[in-house]
Amino acid sequence: MNALPRAAELGLIGCHVCGLVCRDAHAAAGAAQVVACPRCGVALHRRKPASYSRTWALLIAAFIMYIPANVVPIMRTASLNDVDDNTIISGVVELWKNGSPDLAIIVFAASIVVPMLKFLALGTLLVSSRRGSNWARQQRAGLYRLVELVGYWSMLDVFVVSLLTALVRFSVLSRVEPLPGVIYFGLTVVLTMLASMSFDPRLIWDGRDTDD
Amino acid sequence: MGTTSEALIVCEHCDTVHQRLALSRGEVARCARCGKVLQRHYRLSTNAMLALIVTALIVFVQANMWPIVMLGLSGQHNSATLWGVIIAMWREDAGIVSVLVAATLFFLPLLKMLQLGWLLWFARQGRRAPGFVPMMVGLHYLNPWTMSEVFVLGALVAIVKAHAYFDVTPEPGIYAYAALTVLITVFAGIDVRQLWRTPGVAA
Ligand SMILES: [Zn+2]
Ligand SMILES: [Zn+2]
Repeated sequence: MNALPRAAELGLIGCHVCGLVCRDAHAAAGAAQVVACPRCGVALHRRKPASYSRTWALLIAAFIMYIPANVVPIMRTASLNDVDDNTIISGVVELWKNGSPDLAIIVFAASIVVPMLKFLALGTLLVSSRRGSNWARQQRAGLYRLVELVGYWSMLDVFVVSLLTALVRFSVLSRVEPLPGVIYFGLTVVLTMLASMSFDPRLIWDGRDTDD
Repeated sequence: MGTTSEALIVCEHCDTVHQRLALSRGEVARCARCGKVLQRHYRLSTNAMLALIVTALIVFVQANMWPIVMLGLSGQHNSATLWGVIIAMWREDAGIVSVLVAATLFFLPLLKMLQLGWLLWFARQGRRAPGFVPMMVGLHYLNPWTMSEVFVLGALVAIVKAHAYFDVTPEPGIYAYAALTVLITVFAGIDVRQLWRTPGVAA
């Protein structure tokens, strides 16, 4: 037996909700049977159900939303003598020009780098795991943890637009209105979060060859 | 072993089976295969956690009642609370965003703190709270969807952006939010799952 035995090899399952280690009763009950965790009652799975197809579907949906999120303006600033529509990237440029390069970098990271990282990272994980590749497994596991950790920070721009909309309401003098880009962007963030939740990182280690 | 085991831990990220260790102060157990944190030692007692949650709830109420920032432009002034933000987005035909903001910054954080407070209140008396199992399962699912700390950074960005055109005055709400972020960071380290195994609380 291996020095690092895996639950599936030992006929065990760790409950994904409460963490309890249970004997895998699927074999006795029949594979199609639902086996509930004796402690918390949720259905036990050896691997997240339909992880590849769900993650791909959510990731592609997120990417489809991400295109208008970047192309369509997210916010309109209107004053007496001009109307200005801002996209995500023009908002970053404006921050940079107004003397806040540090915040510009933070917004750029949250709105552009993090979503791109999620598309590339989850795409790479899906393809390499499906192939049973044993390339850079430690690093891929770390990449998944990074995606989980930083994912929700992309909501930053959505909150900025919302707060400015509520604050800048000086009748005809000056107003801020949200534009549809911010809706697409909010949906992108939610969909990428759902995608990373549906990916099962155990698949990274489910390769053809046994082990190190 | 029977049908379940408390002596073992299965790594959620790679399915490797480990022995549960007795950790001492400050120690962290990581998975030998993938590096994910399996166990942490908590120095906070149930009482301390409960005190922390109650403090966070009070700060949360203030962060939501008090205005966050005030803008001034040629004699006019406007300020906004979190609910002002939610309502403004709803009126501006961004209903989806309004619902997202309400969920991630108000309802889910509130629900999380109330549930944790309830569970800890009973755990402190060595009892299992009514509704223990559904609440523990609920907490697991709502945990990734609370975003108060992102909002604090968002408020900072909004202030800097508005500063170019308006007189900006931070209001008490922003300080309450900053304090809330600190508290959230402290209890982000709490693994709620340990309640499943707390003597008297576990079935
Ligand atoms: Zn369970
Ligand atoms: Zn692991």
